[in-house]
Amino acid sequence: MAAADDPAAATRGRTAVAAYILRRVMGAVLLLLVVSAVTFAIFFLVPRLGGQTADQLATQYVGKDANPESVAAIKKNLGLDQPVYEQYWNFLKGLVVGADYTFGPDATHCGAPCFGYSFKSHIEVWPQLEQRIPVSFSLAVGAAVIWLVTGVTTGVISALRKGRPIDRVSMFIALAGVSLPIFFTGQILLALFVYEIPVWDSIDYVPFTENPAEWAWHLMLPWVSLAFLFSALYARLTRAGMLETMSEDYIRTARAKGLTETTVVAKHGLRSALTPIVTIFGMDFGTLVGTAVLTETVFSLQGIGAYSVQAIKDNDLPIVMGVTLVAAFFIVLCNLIVDLVYAAIDPRVRYS
Amino acid sequence: MKTRRVTAGVASVLALSLGAAACGGGGDDNDGGGNGKKDAALNSIVNASSKKGGTVSYEHSDVPDSLDPGNTYYGWVQNFSRLYGRTLTSFKPAAGKEGLEVVPDLAEGLGKSSPDAKTWTYKLRAGVKFQDGTPVTSKDVKYAIERSNFAPEALSNGPTYFKSYLEGGDKYKGPYKDKSAEGLKSIETPDDRTIVFKLKQPFADFDYLATFSQTAPVPQAKDTGAKYVQAIQSTGPYQFQSYEEGRGATLVRNKQWDPKTDPIRKALPDKVTIKFKVNPVTVDNNLLSDKTTADAGGTGVQPQTQPKVLRGKYANQTDSSYAGATQYIALNLKVAPFDNIHCRKAVQWGLDKQSVLDAMGGSPKGDVATTLLPPSVNGYTKFDTYATEGHKGDVAKAKAELKECGKPNGFSTIMTARSDRPAEVAQATAVQASLKKIGINIEIKQFPAGKYFSNFAGVPSYVHKNKLGMLSMAWGADWPTGYGFLDQIVNGAAIKPSGGNNLMELDDPKINKALTDAIGNTDAAARTKAWGEIDKMVLDNASVVPVIYRKNLLLRPTSATNVTVTQAYLGMYDYLLMGSSK
Repeated sequence: MAAADDPAAATRGRTAVAAYILRRVMGAVLLLLVVSAVTFAIFFLVPRLGGQTADQLATQYVGKDANPESVAAIKKNLGLDQPVYEQYWNFLKGLVVGADYTFGPDATHCGAPCFGYSFKSHIEVWPQLEQRIPVSFSLAVGAAVIWLVTGVTTGVISALRKGRPIDRVSMFIALAGVSLPIFFTGQILLALFVYEIPVWDSIDYVPFTENPAEWAWHLMLPWVSLAFLFSALYARLTRAGMLETMSEDYIRTARAKGLTETTVVAKHGLRSALTPIVTIFGMDFGTLVGTAVLTETVFSLQGIGAYSVQAIKDNDLPIVMGVTLVAAFFIVLCNLIVDLVYAAIDPRVRYS
Repeated sequence: MKTRRVTAGVASVLALSLGAAACGGGGDDNDGGGNGKKDAALNSIVNASSKKGGTVSYEHSDVPDSLDPGNTYYGWVQNFSRLYGRTLTSFKPAAGKEGLEVVPDLAEGLGKSSPDAKTWTYKLRAGVKFQDGTPVTSKDVKYAIERSNFAPEALSNGPTYFKSYLEGGDKYKGPYKDKSAEGLKSIETPDDRTIVFKLKQPFADFDYLATFSQTAPVPQAKDTGAKYVQAIQSTGPYQFQSYEEGRGATLVRNKQWDPKTDPIRKALPDKVTIKFKVNPVTVDNNLLSDKTTADAGGTGVQPQTQPKVLRGKYANQTDSSYAGATQYIALNLKVAPFDNIHCRKAVQWGLDKQSVLDAMGGSPKGDVATTLLPPSVNGYTKFDTYATEGHKGDVAKAKAELKECGKPNGFSTIMTARSDRPAEVAQATAVQASLKKIGINIEIKQFPAGKYFSNFAGVPSYVHKNKLGMLSMAWGADWPTGYGFLDQIVNGAAIKPSGGNNLMELDDPKINKALTDAIGNTDAAARTKAWGEIDKMVLDNASVVPVIYRKNLLLRPTSATNVTVTQAYLGMYDYLLMGSSK
């Protein structure tokens, strides 16, 4: 209330928000640095401690016909002969300003953010990630919308109709959703709607920028199967939250004031029940962008999750590093957003 | 109680929907596969057509090592790359045995050899152009071989046979480092249409090496090393319209391709698409529902799809082809008691190969093998040195050999298998059960496939120290002749401190000499005969126990036209011929 009346307080408030955002952004960057350091250490330091030499690492780059000469050349080209801390520094530098490599007749510049080159294909990592992030992001966004709407609605209805058949049925479906793995629901949907009753001819990724309608249409099945899993969880969470909130004293007060039931539920009940949901949603969404491996595999979508599985199979460390960092970035980013949104929906939270 | 009943209800609903999915459009009496019958594409061209147009769509559950003809080892890419890369020679796009025949492609004729088989000369056809209209010259072929064999810092995937066989190949640094105008001296280009290869040893199979995608010309000015894959310059009937690393590609007609210069390509489809990293089950389902033309990998359907296609309406659309590979057990000659030939023979006689095949998945997986060379390789000769009824083994003969070996009650040994290859683990378990009957007790040790040769089975010192007597092994040839198959696995020269493939450590001067003599012989018929004889010598030595000739269970959709299995490319379909009615 004070902020609306007092301009000085409003300015103070804005400064506080700005400082809070800045602090959180810096914290996020620091966190990413730590993640990159840990990941780098796992791949490039731990093997060395375990006795692996730079030569062995370089051999993976050279392929089947490794001779000492080409191993030495690759070692030099990639800087594997340098101490690990220096390699890490170069990696960070590459992220910011890019790096130069020679994989052909001429040296090529790997522009920032340079995650290095794939061990296997000798192609830059970042453009590959750049192509795949929209796929994973699209998958996560659509699924998130569906699961939020259906999950929260089901949860609210269940809570308000506690113990009635609709509650029982929806909670049973929710239980099924939580228990059924994506490779099961996904395959069933594929079998039914692509092969049995071909509503969809195939499941392809069509870029949003190319044709938004096609984009949504083609992602519908992956969205639904992914959302089924999550909406079940969200329905249960919402139900529990709503049950607790609706038994609070202030709800009784609100009802006593003569507010309509809709207002009581939506404005007083749901708003407060939503707070923990938003927190979890931020985490889930951020994590999902980098880890929807099963959905991407079942529906043959070329997202970063599926890409990381391939990279791990190929022992392609630069790609694994790249995916890890991108995935971490999304998690950190989403958490940051959640923290900011938090204050907006829950007046109890202050920017301190 | 209530919950349980509800669960049962839901379970049955799910089971019903699964069942419906599994039945896959039952009741449709469509014959399927056009005029095809089961295995029809093994020896004939199924759905023969001369109609131009349509799109051939390939899908693959994995990614290629590279579509760059100079940076690939994969058999299916060798087959596929012929759509956009013309090599000096190639395999005839034809059904059955004819498909193993080497024919000139970019060259006018097969290689002209010097009498000692050390110098090979090819003359290029006139009028062949790159997609940008630039004429192809012999220098482009030379450059392609230089970059593919001598620049592992950028292109590390392909084989390096040219490097091994060309004179001075061990010294040359590759075109990215050696910027001299003449490059590798042992490939001469006296004029724009002539190319001469000078080898350091007689090598009569050179026309086979010339089929490798590495001889597809690359213009030096357009080479960008590892990135060339994103802008491949086509010489074939198709060129890249788009290429997305790790995801797929679309090929359209190359207007500069002149059919008059190309007797082997019909180039019927207007467009060819390929998609990578498609879920393997989806690939199969798309083949079954005729949404895709072929599985590019060409290794056959997934185990879970097999029951669906082995009988019923899809059976007529399947081809069970030889994959050009033999699964065998290497008995290490340096690990007791296999240093004694009688102990080796005891295994040869005692093993119930039929039970091993059954354990590995039965007839869809392959046939019982009696020779090292598989039937689809030039030089295969049918024989069975240790013939037993129904391949079930002969306990009496095995016991007699054990007695001669001085181990009448049997012995104990260790057998290896690759842990991530379920069929190989099943094989080891079946061998263990079978040999127990003659008193040979086997302990199975599993190793990861990725490091099997570099760290374990391919490292003699490790094998000796850990007394690994029986080593699981599977081998397919890089080119389909006896030499291409045998040289890397039975020649004493192939024993290496690590990463070797001669797991028996077989170093028999007679076998080594027979290999050297035969590969120096320019008489093709005599050479072919020799491979079978060498195979017999190896079996007489008893250090190789052939188990199965591997097979692929291929599925051809109804819309696929001109479908035939090529034995030259590991028993997959011939992608030069493949068309589509869609």
